[in-house]
Amino acid sequence: MASDSIAINPAAVATRSIGERLHDWVVTVDHKKLGILYIVYALCFLVIGGIEATVMRIQLMVPNNHFVSPEVFNRLFTMHGTTMIFFVAMPILFGFGTYLIPLMIGTRDMAFPRLNALSFWLTAFGGLLLYFSLIGGNGLYGAGNAPDVGWFAYAPLTSRPFSLGHSTDFWTLGLLVSGIGSIGAAVNFITTILCMRCPGMTLGKMPLLAWMNLVMAGMVILAVSPLTAAQIMLSVDRYLGGHFFDTQAGGSAVLWMHFFWIFGHPEVYVLIIPAFAFVSEIIPVFSRKPIFGYPVMVAATVCIGFVSLSVWAHHMFTVGMSSYANSFFTITTMAVGVPTGIKIFNWIGTMWGGKIQFKAPMMFCIGFLFQFLIAGLTGIMLAASPFDWQLGNSYFVVAHFHYVIVGGILFALFGAFYYWFPKMSGRMYNETLAKWHFWLFLIGFHLTFDFMHVPGLLGMPRRIYTYEPGRGWEIWNLIVTVGVLFQIAGVLVFVGNLLWSLAKGEVAGNDPWDAWTLEWSTNSPPPEYNFARIPVVQSRRPLWDVKHPEDPDWKYE
Amino acid sequence: MSSASVSGSSFEPQWILPSRGRVGMVSLIAAESAIFTIFVVAYIFYVGKSLSGPTPRDLLTIPVFATICLLSSSLTIHLAVRALRSTKIGSFGFWWFVTLTLGTIFLIGTAREWHRFIFHDGLTVSTNLFGTTYYSLVGLHAFHVTFGLIVIAIVMTFTLLGKVTSTYSERLDVFSLYWHFVDAVWVVVFTVVYIIGR
Repeated sequence: MASDSIAINPAAVATRSIGERLHDWVVTVDHKKLGILYIVYALCFLVIGGIEATVMRIQLMVPNNHFVSPEVFNRLFTMHGTTMIFFVAMPILFGFGTYLIPLMIGTRDMAFPRLNALSFWLTAFGGLLLYFSLIGGNGLYGAGNAPDVGWFAYAPLTSRPFSLGHSTDFWTLGLLVSGIGSIGAAVNFITTILCMRCPGMTLGKMPLLAWMNLVMAGMVILAVSPLTAAQIMLSVDRYLGGHFFDTQAGGSAVLWMHFFWIFGHPEVYVLIIPAFAFVSEIIPVFSRKPIFGYPVMVAATVCIGFVSLSVWAHHMFTVGMSSYANSFFTITTMAVGVPTGIKIFNWIGTMWGGKIQFKAPMMFCIGFLFQFLIAGLTGIMLAASPFDWQLGNSYFVVAHFHYVIVGGILFALFGAFYYWFPKMSGRMYNETLAKWHFWLFLIGFHLTFDFMHVPGLLGMPRRIYTYEPGRGWEIWNLIVTVGVLFQIAGVLVFVGNLLWSLAKGEVAGNDPWDAWTLEWSTNSPPPEYNFARIPVVQSRRPLWDVKHPEDPDWKYE
Repeated sequence: MSSASVSGSSFEPQWILPSRGRVGMVSLIAAESAIFTIFVVAYIFYVGKSLSGPTPRDLLTIPVFATICLLSSSLTIHLAVRALRSTKIGSFGFWWFVTLTLGTIFLIGTAREWHRFIFHDGLTVSTNLFGTTYYSLVGLHAFHVTFGLIVIAIVMTFTLLGKVTSTYSERLDVFSLYWHFVDAVWVVVFTVVYIIGR
């Protein structure tokens, strides 16, 4: 169908100089180029954030270690958290969304291509602003350089007397700028998905990836905006002498916590819902079955979107809220587990009785299923407020949310990388290396984050820079750090595989997975106009209909 | 001629999607509403919590005239867009100018209030919690009014240059959504700051 493309004279493409091609990338408004820019930018920050984590783990490997000073350790965990959430996870997921959504809904670009470019560059410069603190953070006070207030930057630690110099200002401005970029991207996602679908693609026939990104974008709008507002308030406090979070003048430190977590918890779902989206596209293709329970999947996603907006204060059980607030947030938090559980059953139902192909994307998705389940279970444990009073701010919490973010989101992302790499680059990755990556990373992940729960249960608080021997924490911390080595090895194999395949991989063809969504109907990599003719769809699996005209899906939907 | 045209109507299902401008603007308004909500919550939370004066009761007088001006500008921008849609450029220019004037009067009202507070009553952002929350919330709204007025002024310039035609009515209609939003926010700010907060 739409695989025919307009012929371009290859000689005209080849003769362009590096400067011209670089110029193309900087001024581009093409969703595919911007998507790749997002992804490459996030991968650079992934390496930086990973190095920060590694340094912290070396410091905690043995008791009474002096690899880094306490001050540097504070900066490391602040920068690691901020970098990983705002400048790795968000941009990489926006990157995949920007790249894939127009292709999957059968259109030629996003609704607002220039806004798309603006959003990317705001996000990019937000990250640079954060890291500029290493140069400009000192100010005139000889205070520390990088921000050291923790990624949630509780008041009054962020007020002028406690955070001298400019480091906290760079943190605030970096997040403010990238937050505006995120809101712009979300506006673009919603408009693209609602207004740019190809003929025949009603909301009920949209790929699940588009549905989930629609919900994610709605949550960005409702959740990132409060963070933007809170950052404006913090700037007013720090620059104009305001008193929003100044307890000396009647301000409230707890108000900041509320404002931050009104953003902070939905943010977790902003990150995990696109991961769900990848899994919902990959599992059916490698099980050779359509997704099980499509309408329920959509309903569960929307439900998660709503409920997750009312769970934020489970981050604040240890602050001392009323018993009513504790009960409310315990119940809502546990309630989120219900639609999430429905999704897990749907993915298993998709695999059930299917002809499962254990290719790298599928293996990462299966890893995701198990690990995300365990992460959800420790989440239910922490949602019980009395349990949280015991383990709040311990390494158990650190292990829990890394299980979500690494075991869930990162595994789904690796799956997505392998699944769409042939489409984005036109070349196939090396399957053997991908399997090596999977097993190394799986072993590393479990060594690190399974055993990280234990020192938490034994009372090890998060964010301490070192500890005394004789508390029973030594062996666990050593295992956790050893796991990091495996993860690094896995990531090196991954990067090596991508670079090698980009240059030398075999040509993938348009549809290497025999998949069913529209992006596989065009060339690999897709031409700038995506589709020579805008496709018309009749079912949720338009390519199935094309490949099997005797038994099309639309007869049964 | 296909057989479908015989009956005067097409049997092909129509593929109509919502307008990009409207959906985009509504999304933006949702995000802006979330930002304003946080500022309003902070204002209400801090009512009566200032440790020193001056208090809202000492200073605030209800800005009746400015409020009437801003709220009626919603009506005039609607009339302007409607006139443009039916290609009455002269009528459009008139109502657009009235909108610009009404918005400017509102902004002057805010500026005079701030001038009085700062130079007469000595209330600044750093004086007390009332100062911090008042200037932030009212200032955030005034910032949005200013942005809207800049756009209105640019369109006014193009109108005077004769460049505005009814082809732009869709775009200006989308912009008028923003202006209605700014007005609606003022209703909330007015209620919270000048009625509940006093």
